[in-house]
Amino acid sequence: MSKIIASMKIALRALQVNRTRSALTMLGIIIGVAAVIAMVAVGSGATARIQEQIQSIGSNLIIVLPGSISSNGVRLGSGAVVTLTEDDAKAIAAECPSVAAVAPMVRGGVQVVYGNNNWATTAQGVTPDYMTIRDYSMMSGEFFTDQDVDAAAKTAVLGETVAENLFGDNDPTGQVVIIKNVPFTVAGVLTPKGQSPSGQDQDDIILLPISTAKEKVLGANKANAKAVGSLMVQAIGPQAMDQAQQEMEALLRERHRILSGLDDDFTIRNLTEVFAAQETSAQVMSILLGAIASVSLIVGGIGIMNIMLVSVTERTREIGLRQAVGAKTRDILSQFLVEAVTLSLLGGIIGIVVGLVASWLISYFAQWSTVVSLLSIMMAFVFSALVGVFFGYYPARKAAFLDPIEALRYE
Amino acid sequence: MAAVIEIKNLVKDYRLGDVPVHVLKGISFEIERGDFVAIMGPSGSGKSTLMNILGCLDKPTSGSYRLDGISVGEMNRDQLAEIRNKKIGFVFQQFNLLTRTSAAENVELPLMYTDMPAHERHERAMKALLSVGLAGREEHQPSQLSGGQQQRVAIARSLVNDPRIILADEPTGALDSRTSLEIIAIFQRLNREQGITMIVVTHDPDVATYANRNIHFKDGKLQLDERIAKPGEAQKDLEQLPAEPAEEVAAI
Repeated sequence: MSKIIASMKIALRALQVNRTRSALTMLGIIIGVAAVIAMVAVGSGATARIQEQIQSIGSNLIIVLPGSISSNGVRLGSGAVVTLTEDDAKAIAAECPSVAAVAPMVRGGVQVVYGNNNWATTAQGVTPDYMTIRDYSMMSGEFFTDQDVDAAAKTAVLGETVAENLFGDNDPTGQVVIIKNVPFTVAGVLTPKGQSPSGQDQDDIILLPISTAKEKVLGANKANAKAVGSLMVQAIGPQAMDQAQQEMEALLRERHRILSGLDDDFTIRNLTEVFAAQETSAQVMSILLGAIASVSLIVGGIGIMNIMLVSVTERTREIGLRQAVGAKTRDILSQFLVEAVTLSLLGGIIGIVVGLVASWLISYFAQWSTVVSLLSIMMAFVFSALVGVFFGYYPARKAAFLDPIEALRYE
Repeated sequence: MAAVIEIKNLVKDYRLGDVPVHVLKGISFEIERGDFVAIMGPSGSGKSTLMNILGCLDKPTSGSYRLDGISVGEMNRDQLAEIRNKKIGFVFQQFNLLTRTSAAENVELPLMYTDMPAHERHERAMKALLSVGLAGREEHQPSQLSGGQQQRVAIARSLVNDPRIILADEPTGALDSRTSLEIIAIFQRLNREQGITMIVVTHDPDVATYANRNIHFKDGKLQLDERIAKPGEAQKDLEQLPAEPAEEVAAI
């Protein structure tokens, strides 16, 4: 160990002889390591953000949407005819063992007014189950109850964006807002969730009891008063997702009297799966960024090899002398190898610092979230050492196998 | 006295393109322990090649070479390096000191390739510098020293591993006559006081007069091998030179 430190000291002194040259050589490694760290930080930042967003939509979510139906051979677009009803929701909750909860939903754009302020947002008519399924919590006040739904109570829960735009810093709970000339008492405000994986502001909503929404705000479907826009379903666990999908499909086909061989009149989508695909693409992206950055590390390594070759030529006489006084092949080999590794490790350490600063600057100025992992720092450190060994070996070998007589005579 | 160097029928051939060049054409001699030998001869006579072989830097084409009783002819690269490290000290015409490295560290260099602990290496380097009259200059770098002082650092370096022999290749070639005499005086003192076998290759007949034995080479063969009955006393000759205000004198 002390021998390694001693050779490191000798190497440092040899590198100080040509300060500018050593610094420029190190620059290649510094840029390489810094690029790897910053790029991986940006990539894992993006991944972490997507994971956070996936968390925010709730776990084990399946959404059931009305599908297209054929009417006399004319295929109508998805949702053109309302095929899902509140009864479907109740049946799924009652008959599918893999389903934990079902929340039917209707939605539509509304203008919400409070005093002199007004705000355009999306109204969602839901049941209290929606809160558990979407994993909402209350920032203030209470969510409305099943009794409110049954009674079609004029009560509303605001998303944070809506609350802020109408009330500013004041607590809206207990205040009255007006939607389509109907006064609603604000029951509470949801804890903000931020952006959804598809980029929507999940806090720009106002939640109403589904019954009230249909009767007073969005208007009931004329063909079927019990029709709903979609069903949010929560499976009992991540493993039960497929099972829940199959159970629902069978149940809905039976309830909708679809003959075997005909298409479903509804669509079941596993939301978690959809967003997991996004996560995968973000991960691929971060690997790609890291790979591109490591190219510059390899270029830096070639710089080291180049300089070490020059150094071996310049110091031929020194090598000859060392051989004459008893340096063995491995002594010379290790001397130059240690020098190359010192160069690359030093560059690696500086590069890590530069990379940390760079990722901080990126998140500060570009507002991108970056995550610097300990693993990426350690990888960068080990990788830069390996670059030193790999690119230092050839010049070191060249030095070690010089003919001492030729080397001593070298001018 | 036992022979420290035994050479029998030493032949060295080189190949220059397709033409074989016979540099050494069968040389045999012995050098006794504690001797002071000057090897002379015109350039191309093969004396440098002989020095390289004696110094275990090169291998003979045929013939045998025993150094301190060990046959070195069949040794590999690293074994030869070890022999050089333990038994031989080198002094070169161009000093060959490491630049930007203190005198003490230059002297320590051969010990860096042994298992000796740092403090012992340092002690021995100091002792060697003291014996060549460079006490107080341990931290000077070669660029801060005169030519004579640099050569003395080189001699200290050759001494530091307690060698059986010191091989000096034109040690005074780059020095003026006064400084040359100082270097020869150090060689004579080391030879007499410490019993180190000295082998000096030189062009300078004056230098050869201070040796106990002169070997002349010509065309790859031993031409003349003579004992000097009464070698010169370098220290005395140095004192008889008109005093110069050179720092060299103070250092001796």
